[in-house]
Amino acid sequence: MSMLRLFSSRQATAPIARERLQILLAHERSLRGQPDLLLQLREEILAVVSRHVVLDPDKVIVRMDRGKHVSTLEVDIELPVGADQAFANAG
Amino acid sequence: MAKVLVVTSGKGGVGKTTTTAAVGAALAQAGEKVVVVDFDVGLRNLDLVLGAERRVVFDLINVVQGIAKLPQALIRDKRLENLWLLPASQTKDKDALTEEGVGRVIAELRKTFDWVLCDSPAGIERGAMLAMRFADEAIIVTNPEVSSVRDSDRIIGMLDSKTVRAENGERVEKHILITRYDAARAARGEMLSIDDVLEILATPLLGIVPESQDVLRASNVGCPVTLNNPASTPARAYSDAMRRLLGEQVQMMVPAEPRGLMRRLLGRRAA
Repeated sequence: MSMLRLFSSRQATAPIARERLQILLAHERSLRGQPDLLLQLREEILAVVSRHVVLDPDKVIVRMDRGKHVSTLEVDIELPVGADQAFANAG
Repeated sequence: MAKVLVVTSGKGGVGKTTTTAAVGAALAQAGEKVVVVDFDVGLRNLDLVLGAERRVVFDLINVVQGIAKLPQALIRDKRLENLWLLPASQTKDKDALTEEGVGRVIAELRKTFDWVLCDSPAGIERGAMLAMRFADEAIIVTNPEVSSVRDSDRIIGMLDSKTVRAENGERVEKHILITRYDAARAARGEMLSIDDVLEILATPLLGIVPESQDVLRASNVGCPVTLNNPASTPARAYSDAMRRLLGEQVQMMVPAEPRGLMRRLLGRRAA
């Protein structure tokens, strides 16, 4: 610890700000210009399922969860009333 | 040839309107014919900072919609005969602005003025997009603070992809203007330094405007800081930035606030 720090509880925080920004912006710049993958997935899933069942577009939810060890992609589609019949007949 | 310059930032409250007024007035004082256009529909403030709030009759949206002719909506500054204001609407919806309509107004302004300064609203939505859409140059107003720098980076990306120039394979000339800079805090490592900001944003520097009470004093009385107190540190910084816009080589200075012992002892009350 420097002598200065002994007399001052404050430490230089600007280097931390610089480092955080450099890491964050490198990540954000790499994503820039790419289409939103989740949005694209959602639309394609909606299109495929809609060929067979009439769906409410608002009831299709695609969610990504990033974990430290495992990441998951969750697709949640709510079927309209009576749609289960279509699946039973097809099956 | 006329130049269209957007003053933008992404983040709100960093000094876009102050900068538009100060640089616009400085350019007008230097003999350029200038119009400042407020794109902040619903939250107009450029009229107030310029002290013209009681003279607004028609606005940008009226002109875009064909309700008023451009000369009816333009307000001439009472102090500088070369400075004009095209105010934003306070009541209309921001969706009233169309790209085609804005393009038409900008094209008309290009015929009459040397400089068209577009004061962008905060954010990255429609209003901000339209403010930068037809720009030849851009001032990105940045505070030496993480969220402002991040938003500036985002705006730089948009200037390089969403403007008419970018779509035509040309470049929008971009300048960083650092505002609310406190040299003493930066020296103590409490604030991002100029070099930090420039290294991260990789964009040339137009000027450094120090944190100063003169900015608030000027807006209190509705006068651009470059006119209100030309000797003040922010006015000198804006004036230097204006000369760089005109292509002059001006040495970059970090104007420090004079801080004598008495001022320090008396603190802010002395000002």
